[in-house]
Amino acid sequence: MRTHVLYFLLLFNSNITMSQNCDNSLSGTVTDIHDGQLLIGVTLTIANTDQTVQTGLDGTFRFLNLCNDTYYIQVSHPYCLTKGFTVRVTGNTTKSFKLEHHIEELNQITIEGSAYSDKSKTILQNTINNQALERYSSGSLGDALNSLSGVSSLNTGNTVVKPLINGLHSSRVVIINNGVRMEDQEWGAEHAPNIDINSISNLTVLKGAGALQYSGDAVGGVIVAEASKVPVKDSLYGKSIMTAASNGRGSSLSSKLTKSYQNGWYATLQGSLKRFGNFEAPDYVLSNTGMFEKSASLQVGFNRFDYGIEGYYSVFKNEIGILKASHLGGAQDQIRAIESDIPLTIENFTYKINKPKQDVSHQLARLKAFKRFDKFGKLSFQYDFQRNNRLEFDSRRGDDREKPSVDLELDTHTVLLDLESDLTDKITLKSGLLARYQNNFATDTGVRRLIPDYQMYNLGVYFVADYQLGKQLLLEAGARYDFTFMDVFKFYRTSLWESRNYGQLFPEIVVEELATQILTNPQLNFNNGSATLGATYTFAKDYNLFFNYSIASRAPNPSELFSEGLHHSASRIEIGDLRFNSEIGHKVSLTLQRDDDNFSYSITPYIHTISDFIIMEPVDVRQTIGGNFQVWEYRQTDAQLLGMDVDVSYAFTNNVRINSQFSLVKGYDQTLDTPLIGMPPVNISNEIVYQNPDFNNIRLSLQSAYHFKQNNFPNNNFEVYIPQTETYQEVDISSTPNAYHLLNFNSNIDLNINQKSKLTVGFSITNLMNTSYRNYLNRLRHYADDLGRNFILNLKINY
Amino acid sequence: MKTLKFLTAALVASSLFIGCSKDDNPQPVNEEELITTMTVTLQPEGGGTDLILEFRDLDGDGPEEPEIQNGILDAGVTYSGSIVLLNEAGEEVENITEEVEMENLEHQFFYIIGSGLDVTTSGENEDDEGNILGTTFTLTAGTVSSGELTFTLVHEPTKPNNGLESAGGETDISVTFDVSVE
Repeated sequence: MRTHVLYFLLLFNSNITMSQNCDNSLSGTVTDIHDGQLLIGVTLTIANTDQTVQTGLDGTFRFLNLCNDTYYIQVSHPYCLTKGFTVRVTGNTTKSFKLEHHIEELNQITIEGSAYSDKSKTILQNTINNQALERYSSGSLGDALNSLSGVSSLNTGNTVVKPLINGLHSSRVVIINNGVRMEDQEWGAEHAPNIDINSISNLTVLKGAGALQYSGDAVGGVIVAEASKVPVKDSLYGKSIMTAASNGRGSSLSSKLTKSYQNGWYATLQGSLKRFGNFEAPDYVLSNTGMFEKSASLQVGFNRFDYGIEGYYSVFKNEIGILKASHLGGAQDQIRAIESDIPLTIENFTYKINKPKQDVSHQLARLKAFKRFDKFGKLSFQYDFQRNNRLEFDSRRGDDREKPSVDLELDTHTVLLDLESDLTDKITLKSGLLARYQNNFATDTGVRRLIPDYQMYNLGVYFVADYQLGKQLLLEAGARYDFTFMDVFKFYRTSLWESRNYGQLFPEIVVEELATQILTNPQLNFNNGSATLGATYTFAKDYNLFFNYSIASRAPNPSELFSEGLHHSASRIEIGDLRFNSEIGHKVSLTLQRDDDNFSYSITPYIHTISDFIIMEPVDVRQTIGGNFQVWEYRQTDAQLLGMDVDVSYAFTNNVRINSQFSLVKGYDQTLDTPLIGMPPVNISNEIVYQNPDFNNIRLSLQSAYHFKQNNFPNNNFEVYIPQTETYQEVDISSTPNAYHLLNFNSNIDLNINQKSKLTVGFSITNLMNTSYRNYLNRLRHYADDLGRNFILNLKINY
Repeated sequence: MKTLKFLTAALVASSLFIGCSKDDNPQPVNEEELITTMTVTLQPEGGGTDLILEFRDLDGDGPEEPEIQNGILDAGVTYSGSIVLLNEAGEEVENITEEVEMENLEHQFFYIIGSGLDVTTSGENEDDEGNILGTTFTLTAGTVSSGELTFTLVHEPTKPNNGLESAGGETDISVTFDVSVE
């Protein structure tokens, strides 16, 4: 009966339109927006009428008997996203429509769980999705990345967590945050990335330099953090995550709200607060290890298929206490601290963060716009500005008590122009230009400048092309060139200037000679070329073979060039070298992947040869008024890293799955024929997961992580005279901690509050057995144990 | 095409702002907390010339070797000792002992006497809470001998303590002199 009524209404409706003078026609073509190709078999329907036509073999269509009126026409094609157009017909009208002819491809990707585009097509991408990231809501970016095979972290305590990819870190790992390369003084080993984990929804790690669209100097790899995509529809949604943790007696709160419109406009507001007091090892409080993190971001944009614009602003502020027992004087203090089983300073729990501490803020503003041009491609323009302000406080004396020891402000402006085009069906080309200006300013703190004042200019140009050869083989090739100019004002101590013979080597850079210092103006140029070549071969049903060879070339960073003096938190004197040239890495990696729901695995062996690898090594022990300190100098050498990452996932039943990971890396200094320092030890992790979508999506997991003892390490021990005992004693800074095994439990369950809101309750325990352990990659391992057991309650509300 | 023009213009504009402005030369940092010099003055009780032990290192943690002046004590003599710390690297000489005495609760000097040396110390001055500060002291030279005498200043030690091992904190100064008693 109902259909009859509808039929009647339709009939009635068309009768009305027919009653005017209606003998106009509407004709035209439908083309693919990417390559301008005519589309055949497109269905066009005029809304509220039964008029439907299809494009013929010539790609044209024709509607007859139309009035002088405005019509709403729906254009659909099996391989395209259906689009609606409003057309005004006056007389016989011609009109061309454009569709995106890739939707089928996109859908396939969506089904596989990734709405984000490929960063490189010939390097296996390791990703952490939104759900997994939410489990780390109260942790840091580095904690989340740690869960991937081949990615570990270089820690300073448990709140400064720097990602380490296949044994490399700091300036060798490039972090892209919402399309912006983080410029946050990443050169320092105790400088963690300034990103709130709650502001991102997808993390991708590329263990290699293949993603040349981002940078050419990612010798170690690239980490891409992205905010979630906002759908083009009228909607208002959000989520809040609250976490409470027993260890550190802290909590975190994060909320995000998104408003979107059918016409393409959208806005997202997000904010997080995280506060922890002193953390605890199994047997004692880790004094002065609290943290207080605040962050907020706002994203406003307009997104249509063929053009869009977006503004993004984020601010991140973090105050981090540094373990009190780790701040030492010279070698005599080091001996006492290393020989003691427990930290030399243990105080009661408090939320107060005393000195030594770091206080870092990072602001990021970005404006991005894109437009798709017919037969040309997608052109994007981006301007971003970053301001990183880093304060480091040590225990000081006199009038300087409250002053920071380090006060650096790093400003970076970047302009990017990128073009992504489909040259043919089979060839896509990404190309682009970059211009960057960076300014570092060191405020006078009454302590010698750690990093000198400098201005840096970068220009970069790149292209990456991929070619689909048949159904199974994809080839990728790319090249990039970067030019760097550094204009530096550096005060050298006259004694160092002379001992290094810089007076003979660089007489031209002297600006002014003072009583004990020399002001110099080094102007350095670096030309860096990088390239990638790769192939992906798809065979059988689910198998992929990735092959990639990348050359990355990195200019030395300011710390490697200009360090000069006592590094308090490392208790050693560090000296850079003005003569350094760029370090060049050649990495070959091969991945065999089986991508199947029930049984998937990937095996990635790699070999990485780096010439002029910049490394620091101890050269001397120097007597100062504060006692004896070891002197470490930066040096260039040839290094080789060999390793393998393995991931396996096997589903026993629909609900039970086992995930396993294994990572191995060996690093050698080929010049000295010794192992490289700070290489992650072999680790194996196995996780059993029970998940039942039919029972409130409950998920229970138990993870076992075994970290071996690192047996390959260089011997950097040194002997120092101890007045109390009147003997020379060895300072053992090289020995590595014993192997350890950790058990972690994780669970969560979804509860529906009402039709629109969902509550996810999570409960987890890390270090379930309360094991006392020390991690080789924690810079404070000499002074204290790592974290003890931690109970974490996690509540998430989606609305 | 319009967009392209705009982008080109934007690039040119940005390269312009990159190209300009150069700040004046930065000012040298006056290292305010640096201690370059430690002078221990030992004044014999009952008169005589003062004995001076001195450690001076003007480039701080730089590569230059420090200058050390050792000394000879007279057997059986009691000396009243005082320690003066200076920063002589800047344009004006700064007396750091004053700062240490002002923040007496956070500092303590330790004296370590080498095994061969027949010397004793006592009578250290105290901080505001009656614990040892030790910028002044009494030193008694015993019989003829020789050995090392080490002065250590610890910042933020646990007070009171039973010596360096249990004091914690951060060593600000640790200087060893070769001393003989004749």
